[in-house]
Amino acid sequence: MKKTLLDLTVNGESRSFAVEGHRSLLDALREEGGLTGTKKGCDVGDCGACTVIVNGQPVNACLMLAIEAQGAEITTVEGLQASPDELHPLQEAFMEHGASQCGFCTPGILIMAKCLLDENPLPTDEEIRFGLSGNICRCTGYTKIFDAIRSAGKRMAQQGVEA
Amino acid sequence: MRRFEYHEPRNLEEVSDLLTTLGNGAFILAGGTDLLVEIRERLRDVKHLVDIKRVPGLSGVDYADETGLRFGAMVTAGQLEAAPGLAARYPNLHGALKVLASIQVRNRATVIGNICRASPSADTIPPLIADGAAIETWRPGGGRVIPLADFFTGPGRSVLTPGEIATAITVPPPAPGSRRAYIKHGRRKAMELATVGVAVSLDTEGGTCTGARIALGAVGPVVLRAPRAEAILVGSRLDAAAVSAAAEQAMQECTPISNVRSSAEYRREMVGVLTRRAVSQAMEVAA
Ligand code: FES
Ligand code: FES
Repeated sequence: MKKTLLDLTVNGESRSFAVEGHRSLLDALREEGGLTGTKKGCDVGDCGACTVIVNGQPVNACLMLAIEAQGAEITTVEGLQASPDELHPLQEAFMEHGASQCGFCTPGILIMAKCLLDENPLPTDEEIRFGLSGNICRCTGYTKIFDAIRSAGKRMAQQGVEA
Repeated sequence: MRRFEYHEPRNLEEVSDLLTTLGNGAFILAGGTDLLVEIRERLRDVKHLVDIKRVPGLSGVDYADETGLRFGAMVTAGQLEAAPGLAARYPNLHGALKVLASIQVRNRATVIGNICRASPSADTIPPLIADGAAIETWRPGGGRVIPLADFFTGPGRSVLTPGEIATAITVPPPAPGSRRAYIKHGRRKAMELATVGVAVSLDTEGGTCTGARIALGAVGPVVLRAPRAEAILVGSRLDAAAVSAAAEQAMQECTPISNVRSSAEYRREMVGVLTRRAVSQAMEVAA
């Protein structure tokens, strides 16, 4: 089948992949792009493990064709940290609070939490719940995840981190 | 994912041409949040996807006092949810958008896609029908304006003809004294399909109800109006007796089925409960 050359910016780097029309953005990022941080949980938009930021908005990468991302700017979990030895406050907080068990949901939740905190660094529990309603975690029961998000938010508000 | 061919037409004429020439296996791709799932789960035999993202003129949201709200086929649920003034003027539609799937899905899913999918449980349909929305279409030789209440012919089916494209939705401006609400009932608060959805849109003058539209989701082959229940409300002071009588009547007017999400009896019961609740919620929120 015919492949199309896709030019996009992933985590600030220009990349091009040759993809077939039916390929999902998720498969293209993981396989053509080698970025396996983004997970495939359900592949039908239910779990949020595949959440990435496309042109400033969090979306399910499994519900988008790669070809629809032509020219887009994409941030995956690999792009969260400012440099290889400097973690994002959310990543620090998730480690400190043990907010990850099997870790499969974590990349999607980190991305979603970043989108939430960028707009609203001191969210209420209700706002966190609303923000994460498309991210399913089958291990943690969410308590530690909420703790981690609240504490990262506080840190970001103090430091004025533009994450 | 199963293989299909991807097409990227540049205008409505090309879209329509492709749909007609490629025939039954060709589908419009807007947000794709339903269609891509159906392809993956082999629920729909898709040979061609006709992406309408490059077609100009489909992405605006506008509001004018005389004509009301108008939004195009590429407007996402998230975009409409965030449109200034929407929550104040159309609280029922805004409420439905807020509970549609997840933020990630709402950033892709288009409202018109949700409508054209013609599911009786689609969240956006009851409030739009209660608000008297119409759908604009394009087809060679001239499009149509179809009241949304007449658009659906069954689950997954509408009056659209082959090659006809839904391009925009218009919703009349709310009259002063208009009161609106949408209540979705499901087993959980998020990522849920409605077991029952009830939208009400009431016009009031000095405490008397001068107009009422009730739309019932997921309790029939299409989203239903409850005209006899509406008639009970019109002319009343929306007092407890009138609201209860209307709720009882709405229960008689729906035609629910039993499925994995709920029994028909439960759905019918909930139509009564939610109609009452939606009227009182609408009266609390001034539109
Ligand atoms: S893998 Fe995309 S939402 Fe589950
Ligand atoms: S840590 Fe296992 S799914 Fe969330």
